[in-house]
Amino acid sequence: MAHERVDYYAAKKHAHDHGDHVHDEHAPLNEHDNGPPSDFEIMSRAMQEILEAKGVVTADEIRARMEQFEEDFPYRGSRLVARAWTDPAFKARLLADGKAACAEMGIDLEVDRLIAVENTPEVHNVIVCTLCSCYPRALLGMPPTWYKSRNYRSRVVFEPRAVLKEFGTELPDNVTVRVHDSNADMRYVVIPMRPAQTQGWSEDELADILTRDTLVGVTVPHATRS
Amino acid sequence: MSPTPDPGLRRSDGALDSRLSGNHGTLAGQPSSYTPAPGRRFNVGDRVRVKRSFPPGHRRTPSYVRGKAGEIERVCGAFPNPEELAYGFDGEPKKVLYRVRFAQKDVWPSYGGPEQDIIEMEIYEHWLEPA
Repeated sequence: MAHERVDYYAAKKHAHDHGDHVHDEHAPLNEHDNGPPSDFEIMSRAMQEILEAKGVVTADEIRARMEQFEEDFPYRGSRLVARAWTDPAFKARLLADGKAACAEMGIDLEVDRLIAVENTPEVHNVIVCTLCSCYPRALLGMPPTWYKSRNYRSRVVFEPRAVLKEFGTELPDNVTVRVHDSNADMRYVVIPMRPAQTQGWSEDELADILTRDTLVGVTVPHATRS
Repeated sequence: MSPTPDPGLRRSDGALDSRLSGNHGTLAGQPSSYTPAPGRRFNVGDRVRVKRSFPPGHRRTPSYVRGKAGEIERVCGAFPNPEELAYGFDGEPKKVLYRVRFAQKDVWPSYGGPEQDIIEMEIYEHWLEPA
């Protein structure tokens, strides 16, 4: 079989237990972009089928639980960064201690430690987790499929400029590309550069252009009012 | 959290940035708020090399960086050892976690981008030796 081996125990034990629910932050990846399902995915599906057949859970309950996760951890990063754009003191606190700055805004990152990195005219930051799919879920919700793909994880560390270009982000050679491999206990968010044309915009208007991809660093925001 | 007076927890003293690629425009001189790790072996700016070792088991040190030399970018604090947590142990004693900055050209000899490009990641102390 072509699919990769899965360290089931590592995934299981590394899950973050939050009492009533568990976050498999270091769970092995499902390669959504190609190939057959992984061992882990097959095991998960088989378990679900057995539990449904025995009447322990229903498919609807599982779907509802997944929905609940989206509600518990919606995409809140745009509000955070919009505030950093409009309040320099807040931005300084966010850069010094991401978790505390999130708490100020009522965003509880639970176990996550957050490091905010700032794009400047000299430096462009981009985030990846090469080992699995570590992602600040409590801040940005579920990671997009491409973030978990083998293609992104293996290439962005080695040829970040080519990968960024595929996302439509072309950087001149005099800009330093700073790749962050989110490989252990920290989580990351990019503070993009604020487009000059957004002077006078409200925080809500700014939040609209701070899409998820801009906060991972694969794209940059543009001053386009929705 | 209040700023810590521990100078080893301060990010980027400037020397670090200038040696690799000039001003990165981030956090310079600001105190980090992460868990202090008073018994640690390395400080911000120290040159380190990741051990070239390939033991079995759950390791959070990416293979591509083993054997490569870089510089401590920040001290993240002490955390339960993930290599133990992965197998159901308590992760004690905690290990000091650092962020290490590498020049891309040092990590990938065939790197095609400009000289100043960098890559940073988190490495536990027991994977590092002075370089």
